Amino acid sequence: MHVSHLTLHAFRSYAELEVPLTPGVTAFVGRNGQGKTNIVEAIDYLSRLSSHRVASDAPLVKQGSEQAVVRAAVVKDGRTALLEVEINPGRSNRARVNRSPLPRARELVGLVRTVLFSPEDLALVKGDPGERRRFLDDLLVLRAPRLAGVRADYDKVLKQRNALLKNALGRGGRARGGDEYFDSTLAVWDEQLVRLGAELVVERARLVEELGPRLAEAYAAVAKDAGRNDAAVRYQPSVSHEPVEADGPPRRDGVARMFHVELERRRPEERQRGITLVGPHRDELALSVGTLPVKGYASHGESWSFALALRLASYELLRADGDDPILILDDVFAELDVDRRDRLAELVAPAEQVLVTAAVDADVPEVLSGARIEVRREEP
Amino acid sequence: MYEGIVQDLIDELGRLPGVGPKSAQRIAFHLLQADPTDVRRLAAVLVEVKEKVKFCSVCGNVAEEETCRICRDPRRDPAQLCVVEEPKDVVAIERTREFKGRYHVLGGAISPIEGVGPDQLRIKELMQRLADGTVTEVILATDPNLEGEATATYLTRFLAPLGVRVSRLASGLPVGGDLEYADEVTLGRAFEGRRSVSG
Repeated sequence: MHVSHLTLHAFRSYAELEVPLTPGVTAFVGRNGQGKTNIVEAIDYLSRLSSHRVASDAPLVKQGSEQAVVRAAVVKDGRTALLEVEINPGRSNRARVNRSPLPRARELVGLVRTVLFSPEDLALVKGDPGERRRFLDDLLVLRAPRLAGVRADYDKVLKQRNALLKNALGRGGRARGGDEYFDSTLAVWDEQLVRLGAELVVERARLVEELGPRLAEAYAAVAKDAGRNDAAVRYQPSVSHEPVEADGPPRRDGVARMFHVELERRRPEERQRGITLVGPHRDELALSVGTLPVKGYASHGESWSFALALRLASYELLRADGDDPILILDDVFAELDVDRRDRLAELVAPAEQVLVTAAVDADVPEVLSGARIEVRREEP
Repeated sequence: MYEGIVQDLIDELGRLPGVGPKSAQRIAFHLLQADPTDVRRLAAVLVEVKEKVKFCSVCGNVAEEETCRICRDPRRDPAQLCVVEEPKDVVAIERTREFKGRYHVLGGAISPIEGVGPDQLRIKELMQRLADGTVTEVILATDPNLEGEATATYLTRFLAPLGVRVSRLASGLPVGGDLEYADEVTLGRAFEGRRSVSG
């Protein structure tokens, strides 16, 4: 798929912007602070309804405006669809496809698929486990948008359960018998936590299984002197699921059973600390090269190679699903040494559409010479 | 900021549910410009509603007497009891004219975040009503969201040993809707709750 036209209205620094685009490579070149990233960020936002740069929607709207609009003509299998999202911070966003409104904005997710490389990706490797869980979940949602609802519900149940544990802690409920309701209420939340959590665990496990071989391959392609099976990802769920059978991934009922057992085992500790200690919100995705974990052992360059490999593996996975996602490389080339830069460029060059941002022309590898758009902030 | 009492009025209005600062300001200025008799009538109703309206001692619904109109009505089937979160849910179900039994209003749903546990809801009262065996079916009509489901699950655990029939309102496709526009959760629920039409 590719975007053939992008329209922004009151998005970030742009009051109005029209950008015609073509398949193949397009480089947005301009000095820092001119608004290059804002353009690619808008396209990425259409695919996930969230930004890689900020957690809330408010900064996406131009100062002094109430709402921002991102509209893109997306060409897929020769057919053009007009996707549009209206960003209303503090209120619900609205989305339209071919000018007819969708009942919920989140149904837009997955219609256009992007894989974005950015300097922030280093946090996938060096950051805390939350970064890697978000990476997995974002990819899950892009492939099966239904899971956005499961994840949101899980977060809500988790908040309720934590509130319950904390309230009991506040009342010193542990010592007194005065909270006859506590156990029965906790059991209700446990049931919901397990139902939603087990689904997340199973989906994450399946995803990691599919991601593994593609990651090893991508790492070998990006890093110099790396063998085909050097890099690996391993899913470490907080609820250890029953041994994966040779003939299939974990099953939801097996995970649910273990989830209950684990909750039971850690109940005293949970009550003491007033927080939920078991569940997918405490999962980890372990990254390793050879026999060593990446975190703590890998050099800066190796870490970068791994981060790139994770993105490339996502790209391959989405591509295997059927349509070629749009690749966005936001300011990454400046971060890489010449070897990695050239190898990455070669790997992404065949994609249907590649959008690159760079501060100077020299940062864009030669393989990716294509359309070039100079970005300069217009003086008011 | 406006002067003294005008700002007080805006602040008070802003505390009402669903009223933000902008709306509060608009309502305040509407009241300032309105006819004094209209405003006095509104004020009188506000005071009166607080003085007169009580909650039914049986079901917890709003009432003007000790018990509500539905609990007093002898034509109502005492064997069926519909459990809802709020008095407004009673009104919604009454509009359907389908249900001929009686109600029990919980006064909310279990939500630890808002500090609402089973002891803040009228669950003890519900158990007392079930004690004499008149009620044979309990219909759980809490909201189909996480808190409503949690409340229904909680009640089911208590009601199951009592030997009454417990049912939960069906959730699924809206009438007059399009299948293709239903979200996955709703559609999934509709599949779970499908019923056979032959054989």
